[in-house]
Amino acid sequence: MSAIQDSKPILVVEDLNVHYDTGKGPAKAVNDVSFSLRPGERLGLIGESGSGKTTMATALMRLTRAPGRIAGGSVKLDGRDILKMSNKELRETRLRDIALIPQGAMSSLNPVMRLEEQMIDAIVAHKPGMRRAELDARVQELLKNVGLAPEVARRYPHELSGGMKQRAAMAIATSLAPKVIVADEPTSALDVVVQRQVMQTLGRLQDGLGAAVVLIGHDMGLIAQFADTVGVMYAGKLVEIGPVRQMIESPKHPYTRLLVDSLPGIEVKRELTGIPGLPPPLVDLPPGCSFNPRCPLAFERCVRETPLLQQVAPGQSAACHLYPEHAALPPLPPMTRAHQELRP
Amino acid sequence: MSRELVRYLLTRFGQLLLIIFVAVSINFIIPRLLPGDPVQTALARLQATGGAQNVDIQAISAAYRAKYGLDAPLLEQYANYWLDLFRLDLGVSFANFPEKVSTMIGNALPWSVSLLAVATLIAFATGSLLGARLAWPTAGRGIKAFVPLMMILTSIPFYLLAIILIYFFAVVLKWFPPAGGVDTTRIMRLDWATTEDILRHAFLPCLAIILGNVGFWALGMRSQMVSVLGEDYITFAEAKGLHPRRIFVWYGMRNALLAQVTALALSLGSVVSGAVLVEVIFNYPGLGSLLYVAIRGQDYFVIQGVVLMLIVSLAVLLFLVDLIYPLLDPRIRR
Repeated sequence: MSAIQDSKPILVVEDLNVHYDTGKGPAKAVNDVSFSLRPGERLGLIGESGSGKTTMATALMRLTRAPGRIAGGSVKLDGRDILKMSNKELRETRLRDIALIPQGAMSSLNPVMRLEEQMIDAIVAHKPGMRRAELDARVQELLKNVGLAPEVARRYPHELSGGMKQRAAMAIATSLAPKVIVADEPTSALDVVVQRQVMQTLGRLQDGLGAAVVLIGHDMGLIAQFADTVGVMYAGKLVEIGPVRQMIESPKHPYTRLLVDSLPGIEVKRELTGIPGLPPPLVDLPPGCSFNPRCPLAFERCVRETPLLQQVAPGQSAACHLYPEHAALPPLPPMTRAHQELRP
Repeated sequence: MSRELVRYLLTRFGQLLLIIFVAVSINFIIPRLLPGDPVQTALARLQATGGAQNVDIQAISAAYRAKYGLDAPLLEQYANYWLDLFRLDLGVSFANFPEKVSTMIGNALPWSVSLLAVATLIAFATGSLLGARLAWPTAGRGIKAFVPLMMILTSIPFYLLAIILIYFFAVVLKWFPPAGGVDTTRIMRLDWATTEDILRHAFLPCLAIILGNVGFWALGMRSQMVSVLGEDYITFAEAKGLHPRRIFVWYGMRNALLAQVTALALSLGSVVSGAVLVEVIFNYPGLGSLLYVAIRGQDYFVIQGVVLMLIVSLAVLLFLVDLIYPLLDPRIRR
């Protein structure tokens, strides 16, 4: 952990904005998000559906497609801004320096090509001179790394199970030992047993490569187990980020608190609480803090002014007007009548 | 794998034989369900033109019936029909009397096959390529202008298109001959002059078929390609840093073509019937013209022969597409 903190960041995201153009104006799916990542660091980004997680993952690799559009900011990988690269540079950077483990691994492989062809074409795109024998050896090595049998190379995607496809996607993503791996809900379509195996494989691969990982997901438990640092997204904004222990034991943002409280505990049995209400529509955000209509601690300033991310504890930042006036998050009041009515 | 493949091939081949059997049987039964028979029709015409006596007609009719085996019981006729087929004997033409139907079809077939095969393949290939390009995000305004043009071309019937082509290129510009398969005075030899003559005659009919079909293929491919490009594997291919050309061909077109090949198989029938009209308009010496003339002259055996030919060749083509399809899509190789 300390080694991670000492080194220079490998990925620096500053004021990233991604908009979806709609008839009612831009939907701000990623809204002024900034964070940085050191080599070997594991950042987990968590948020509800529609909070901009996947949009962010695709924007990190500049894979944003119409009607989405990167509206501003920078994504500096080792000092070079991915958003400003030429198409050729971008192609060379993808996979070699920053790789994606896709969300829909089930459908992320070309159905009419054998797995080995899909692995080899990725390698050849970056290392055109490699001989067939070397490529074959590399394919076998990569498959072994993700726990797949050698004969899987000759199979077509429809001959693989969901977990195998996810592993195959990981084998492709790590084939050039990238510095940053963006894993977009890599376990979303898998059952819990396979989820665990896949996450272990991802952790092992990452340790071997020394790569930084951005893990995107909505499962707080899964992310807490894997990540060193956790970032919480709400309505396109990063509302809190900090070391995983601190985030769970003493969250500073009311939204993070509510998320943590909604986790089932194993030792202490208690009534589970949800978060009343729904996230706001991204084209029509409430004034001030986007969370204010659902926040039990909201006060007059929250409606007036958008809070900026500020340091609230060592290594931990939150975008909330409670700070710096408060040292810690005040206890949440029992839900008011108004909040009860927000319950879906 | 190989055993499964053998079973697949055998099943498909069995289906082919079944289709041909049914087609041949229908081709035998249908004319016999119609009121009147070929002999009566032929004689009625003879009577109208020659003014023969009634008494003679009865005798001639009986003689003809015996000659063509039409006096035998139906089952026996059916058996004879099959026997004749195996000897490639499709009967004789009424209109050009002693000429055998099989010879007439044999003469017409090469013209039709080469014209249709070349025109359909060109239309399919250019249409698919154009459609794929239209769906690609970097398609410029120049190429997008093709879309309305394609829609117009697909909605104009073949024969109208053919007439327009004849008017401009044969009548006004005189670049190409307006009709026929080869110059009437030419003695066919295997030399460059003959080949050139044939190609010059084939150009306009070929163009009519291509123009009439290319829009269909382009628009179909465009919609297929649009949906393929929305797939996760395209995004992942981009994330792998592949060159756009590779993504376009091997991830995009390769998958979009699957539906196109299915459409090709399904549309072969209409391609053939459309080509019949084109041949008639260009007076092209193929099966289409033969069929047209036979229908006008009520030349039963020729009609029967040509229709049989069309059905069998369609069945064979579908069989071939079935053979190619598993090579294209590994998911149905079972």
